[in-house]
Amino acid sequence: MTTTPTPPVVPADTAAIPRQLTAAERRAAAARAKLSSPWASAVAIVIALVWTIPTIGLLVSSFRPQQSINTSGWWTWFTNPEFTFANYDEVLFGARESFSTYFINSIVITLPAVVIPITLALLAAYAFAWIDFKGRDILFVAVFALQIVPLQVALIPLMQQYVRWEIAGSFWTVWLSHSIFALPLATFLLHNFMKDIPPSLVEAARVDGAGHVKIFFRVLLPLLVPAIAAFGIFQFLWVWNDLLVALTFAGGTPNVAPLTARLAELAGSRGEAWHLLTAGAFVAMIVPLVVFLALQRYFVRGLLSGGVKG
Amino acid sequence: MNLSKRRAGVAAIGCIAGLSLVLAACGGDDDDSANGTAAAENGDDADDTDTDPDEDDTDGADDPGDCAAYEQYGDLSGTTVHVYTSIVAPEDLAHIESYKPFEECTGATINYEGSGEFEAQLTVRVRGGNAPDIAYFPQPGLLETVVQDTGSVQSLAGTLAEEYTDLHFAEEWKELGTVDGTFYASPIGANVKSFVWYSPSMFADAGYEIPETWDEMLTLSDQIVADGNGKPWCAGIGSGDATGWPATDWMEDVMLRMHGPDVYDQWMNHDIPFNDPQVAEVLAAVGDILKNDDYVNGGLGDVRSIAATEFQAGGLPILDGNCWMHRQASFYQVNFTEAGATVAPDGDVYAFYLPPMGDDFGNPVLGGGEFAAAFDDRPEVQAFQAFLASPEWANLKAIEGNWISANTGLDLENVDTEINRLSVEILQDPETIFRFDASDLMPGEVGAGSFWTEMTNWIANDKPDDEVLDAIESSWPQ
Repeated sequence: MTTTPTPPVVPADTAAIPRQLTAAERRAAAARAKLSSPWASAVAIVIALVWTIPTIGLLVSSFRPQQSINTSGWWTWFTNPEFTFANYDEVLFGARESFSTYFINSIVITLPAVVIPITLALLAAYAFAWIDFKGRDILFVAVFALQIVPLQVALIPLMQQYVRWEIAGSFWTVWLSHSIFALPLATFLLHNFMKDIPPSLVEAARVDGAGHVKIFFRVLLPLLVPAIAAFGIFQFLWVWNDLLVALTFAGGTPNVAPLTARLAELAGSRGEAWHLLTAGAFVAMIVPLVVFLALQRYFVRGLLSGGVKG
Repeated sequence: MNLSKRRAGVAAIGCIAGLSLVLAACGGDDDDSANGTAAAENGDDADDTDTDPDEDDTDGADDPGDCAAYEQYGDLSGTTVHVYTSIVAPEDLAHIESYKPFEECTGATINYEGSGEFEAQLTVRVRGGNAPDIAYFPQPGLLETVVQDTGSVQSLAGTLAEEYTDLHFAEEWKELGTVDGTFYASPIGANVKSFVWYSPSMFADAGYEIPETWDEMLTLSDQIVADGNGKPWCAGIGSGDATGWPATDWMEDVMLRMHGPDVYDQWMNHDIPFNDPQVAEVLAAVGDILKNDDYVNGGLGDVRSIAATEFQAGGLPILDGNCWMHRQASFYQVNFTEAGATVAPDGDVYAFYLPPMGDDFGNPVLGGGEFAAAFDDRPEVQAFQAFLASPEWANLKAIEGNWISANTGLDLENVDTEINRLSVEILQDPETIFRFDASDLMPGEVGAGSFWTEMTNWIANDKPDDEVLDAIESSWPQ
C-alpha cells in the first residue's frame, strides 16, 4: 500500500508477484501506528492551524478597504467587519495591461517548461536505469552533481548565448532556461523511481520480445505516473512562482512577462499601493492551488514511494 | 530629399489638422516659440488630464501641431527604442503617454519596460549583451557604477542631448550625469525632499503658524506638546532592503542647513570623516527630534516604532489628527492621495518648506532625480535621448500629472498640483542652493549600506551617536 503504487494498467502475467514485508515496510507500519495516535493528531491539527493563520490574515486583508489595511491589523476585522471587492477589482482591471495577459503568459511559460524537462528526463532516466553502457555511473553522478550549481551563476553566460542565437526576449529563453535548470533533478528523481521497478518485470518483457521503446511505453510509463505527476507538480510550482528567470531572460514587457513580474510591481514604484498585494497574491494563488489539489493524490504517493524504498 | 518631403508633408497635415491650435508653430522652426505655444495650449487641459489619462491620450496623440518641434529628429519610421526603467505601474502610464507625440511625429516606436528589480537586472542585461537602448537611472551613484563596471554606456558628448542639457538645465544637474569628466546621462525627473507635511486645518484650528526658522519649528513642537495635543512628529523609515533611507534624508537636510553646501560636499566626498564633529552636531540635531520621546512618534508609538513603520505609512497619522508634522519628499503626496486625502493649501494635507537654521546659507534644498543614459548610438536612440532632455517632453510629462523636472523650459502652467508647482519654483529659482541626496552619491557600501543600517540601529536599538558615526566611517571604502 504505502510503497509501490498499484499500476493502473498492468499486463496480466506480471500482476501477481509474491511479496513479503520488507524491513522498511515494517518500520513504516510501526510509524503509521504511532502517528495515528490521538495526541499526534492533536499536534498535527495545532500545527496546521498555526501555519494557516498567516494565509487567513492575507485572505481577510484582501477584502478590507485600503484605509483599514493601511492603518490597522487584519485581526481587527473580527470586531469591525468590512467587506469590499475594490482590491480585486483594482488588481484585475486597474492596470494598463489587464491581468489576464500576464495570466496567459504564465500559462504559456509554464506548460512547455514543465513538459520539456519531464520528457527529456524520462528518456535520460530510462537510459541510466535500464541500458548498460560504459561510464554510466560516472555520467549519472555528473548529471546529479549539476544540481549543486546555483542557477544564478548561469544567468549571464546563458544570456550571452541567447543574444548570439537572437532569441533574447522571447518565450524560448524562458522555456530553455527552466528546462536546463530542471533537468538534473528531474533525471535523478525519475531514475530513482525507474530503478525501483523490479528488474524481473523488465526482463520478463524483454523475454517476451519487447524492445526498449515497447518496454518504456508499455511497461514502465504506466508505473511511473505517480512519479511524473509528483515531479510535474514540483516543476509547475517552481516555474509558476519564478520571477528571477523570467525577468532576466524574457524581461518585464507585457508580451512575455509572467504573473509574478506583474505581482512584483503591483505595489507601485514607491510602494504606495501595497494594499493590493494581498488581493494579487490570492489571484496568483488560484492556479497552483487547483493544480495541487487535483494532483495531490499523486504528490503524496510519489513522495512516499521515493522515500520509503531504498 | 525623400526625408524632407515627408517631413514637409507631416508639417502640412499638422497645420491643417491643428488649425485651431498652433498656427504659429507651423510657421517658425524656432525651437522656443514652438515650445511656448505647445506649452500654453497644453496648459489649458492640464486640469482634467491628470484625472483621466485616457482622455489625454487622444488629446496628445492627435495633436499634430506639436510636430514642428520634432522635425529636427528626422524620420524614424520603423525604428524601435527600448527604454528600461525602475518606474512601474501605475506611474509608468504617464511615461508611456508622454512619448506619444514623439512616436506620432517621428514614426519611431518606444518600447517601455519598468521593473522593480531594475538595479539588479540592468547589470545582468548589460553584461549578458542584452542592454536596453536607454535606461533611467534613479541615482547618479548607480550610473557611475555601471559606467565604470561595464563601459557600455554611450558618451553624450557632442550630441543634441548634451546641447539640450546645457540649454535647459543648471550646471549642477549636468554635473550629476557626468562620470570622470565625460557626460553620460541627461537629467529627466526631479523631486524636492525638503518638505514638512502638515494638516492646514489642524494648524488653523489650533492657531499654529507655519514656522519660518528651525528654532520656530522646535518652539512649535514644544508648544504642541505643552498644549497636550499629542506628539508633534511622525516618521517611518522602513523600506524593505533600503530601510533607513528616510533617516539619511533627515541628516542631509540638517547638514545643508547647519553647515552649508560646502561642508555638505566635503562630507559627501569624504573630504571630512564621517565621524567629524560637524557631522556629530548634525546627528545630534536630528536626534533632538527623531529620538525625542515627547516629539515622536505621533499616532504610531514610541521612538522605536519609527524603525518598524514603513515609510509609506509614516505620514498617514496626520490624516487621523494624531500627528502634526512629517518631513518627507514631494513625491509623498501620492501616498496621501492614495489614502483618499486632498493635497492642497486648503485641503486635508499640505507641506511647508523645511525651514533654514540661520541666514548664512540661504534656503538650501535637498532633492533627487532620475537620469537617462544610452547603451546604443543608433540615430533613433540619440533622437529619443535628446527628446527626453527637451522642454517639449518636460511639459508633456508634467501634463500627465504628479511629475516635475529641473528643466528650465518646464512651464508652471503644466504642473498639476500645488506642491509640485512649489517644487518647480524652488528648482527653477536661480537663488536656490540645490544639493542632490548625498547618500545616493556616496559609495554603495555607505550610501546604500552602512548609512542606512546604522541609522536604523540608531533608532531601533538606541545606538549612541558616536558609535553610529564611527561604524559608518569605518565602512567607507579606502
